[in-house]
Amino acid sequence: MNQYTVIGLRVQRAGPLALLQDAGRFGVRRLGVTQGGPADLHGWAWANRLAGNAWGTPALEVTFGGLALVAERDLTIAVAGADLAATLDGEPLALWQSVPIKEGQTLAFGTPRNGLRAYLAVAGGFRAEPVLGSVSCVVREGLGGFDGHGAKLTAGDRLAVTPGAGERVGREAASVPEQPDYTGPASLALLPGAQVADFTGASLYAAFNRPWRVDDRADRMGVRLTGPRLSCRIGSLISEGIGLGAVQVPPDGQPIALLNDRQTIGGYPRLGALTPLAASRLAQCLPGQAVRLVATTGERALGDYRYFRRSLER
Amino acid sequence: MSQAPNSGLPTPRIESAGLDGWLVRLFSTIDEANLAWLGALARRCETAFGEALVDLVPSYTTLLVVFDPLRLSPEAARRRLAELLADLGAGPAPEQEGAAGEEHELLTWYDPSVGPDLERVARHADMSLEEVIDCHAGQAYRVFALGFAPGFAFMGLLDRRLEVPRLDTPRQRVPVNSVAITGRQTAAYPAVSPGGWNLLGRTTARLFDRDREGFSLLRVGDRVRFVPVDRATFERHGGDATPMETRPVEAGE
Repeated sequence: MNQYTVIGLRVQRAGPLALLQDAGRFGVRRLGVTQGGPADLHGWAWANRLAGNAWGTPALEVTFGGLALVAERDLTIAVAGADLAATLDGEPLALWQSVPIKEGQTLAFGTPRNGLRAYLAVAGGFRAEPVLGSVSCVVREGLGGFDGHGAKLTAGDRLAVTPGAGERVGREAASVPEQPDYTGPASLALLPGAQVADFTGASLYAAFNRPWRVDDRADRMGVRLTGPRLSCRIGSLISEGIGLGAVQVPPDGQPIALLNDRQTIGGYPRLGALTPLAASRLAQCLPGQAVRLVATTGERALGDYRYFRRSLER
Repeated sequence: MSQAPNSGLPTPRIESAGLDGWLVRLFSTIDEANLAWLGALARRCETAFGEALVDLVPSYTTLLVVFDPLRLSPEAARRRLAELLADLGAGPAPEQEGAAGEEHELLTWYDPSVGPDLERVARHADMSLEEVIDCHAGQAYRVFALGFAPGFAFMGLLDRRLEVPRLDTPRQRVPVNSVAITGRQTAAYPAVSPGGWNLLGRTTARLFDRDREGFSLLRVGDRVRFVPVDRATFERHGGDATPMETRPVEAGE
């Protein structure tokens, strides 16, 4: 950090997992460095948008709640994504809109009420030194975050923000259709991949017609789904690059949807890949929630993604 | 081992890898000759995709091309790849030597105190420790892929006599710079991590350095030689001779 560092918030209580995320770390995957970035792109992008920030501005990803922050100056903030029962000085905090807060006020997250990951943006953006081109915090790799070494937030941390920002933001709110209900069963759009025909017919029927349950073995690397056992004529492949949302099926027949912090290469056969927005939706599911896989086309997936990005610009 | 230098490119496949990626499958088997083709394709993608290129992930037989679907639609990206591949297949085979990668020598102290699986590998191969070391250090390896962790290079092909499976139960903490083998592959751990490979020794090389140009010492296509050194030389070059803990392996990866 340099002499221009401005502290915006102090961590009073860290909670289980709060990570700084920009859009992700790109161009270094060939070195074995994972993508990182927000697990729920939609919630993250809206928090930034409502705080008046450009796409890619660093925001906090708060998983499961528990985080408590004290403002060290007047700021404008926005919280989007999951409803983790956030409060401002004990009063419920309005989500999906910009909120001015005063120096000394306490922003505290409770426990999940709707979804799993909330995104906190401050007008102007959080500030950290990029590592390999990104501030995205990947604990396993020791890269990014406020310290540059992949540390999640801990009590006592003082979080830098971009100086001079935050004055010019008006009151902004997301329209209701942009505020998902994460509690219901989720339909996850999947683009079928090259090995889809190597699964048995019964397995494919089950994959796309039976409900899947989100397992408690779920983190930013991937989410395991439990349900009928899928069988594939291919046991394993020579390791190859794997994209965001890839749904791989190891020999136990239980799929794993790979998220932002996945390993860069892998060798299990795949049903295909969730669309970016479907991967985001899955990242908001709590263990035990039911999801369905729905095959989609590239055209439809692109249309949905374009609509999402355009809606942020209005 | 290597394919005839003027042989053509087999018919590649372009497979869906999600909204923002295509996986180009160039080969079906692992071969050193794949690397030059994959490298040539990666360089052409960098030029042809320009600003729309997000990432390239080469591996043993494939290249994953990740692009920004807002700048270049998936269908346009696929057409561009098909053109590149047709062009690549029509031209001469890329050079196998020289341009295909850098050469590295990794100073390595092979010793049971830092390579706790050395003796077991020797028994398995029915060799003396010296023979195992000579065998592992007696050839250059190619880097086929990076993955698992930043800077972790999968190298091969290891001599068949040293082929041993992964540990049944991975170690929770493999020390940084451990030199390891499994199957017909070898690697060195760039950071402390869990791992199930068989540890033979430790190198002095700084495998991943966030402050160095290029970050990773090793890249796909590079040639790597392990050079056996004694403990004094190892430590003089900055090697950490702290012995492995000998407690039994724990569960988990």
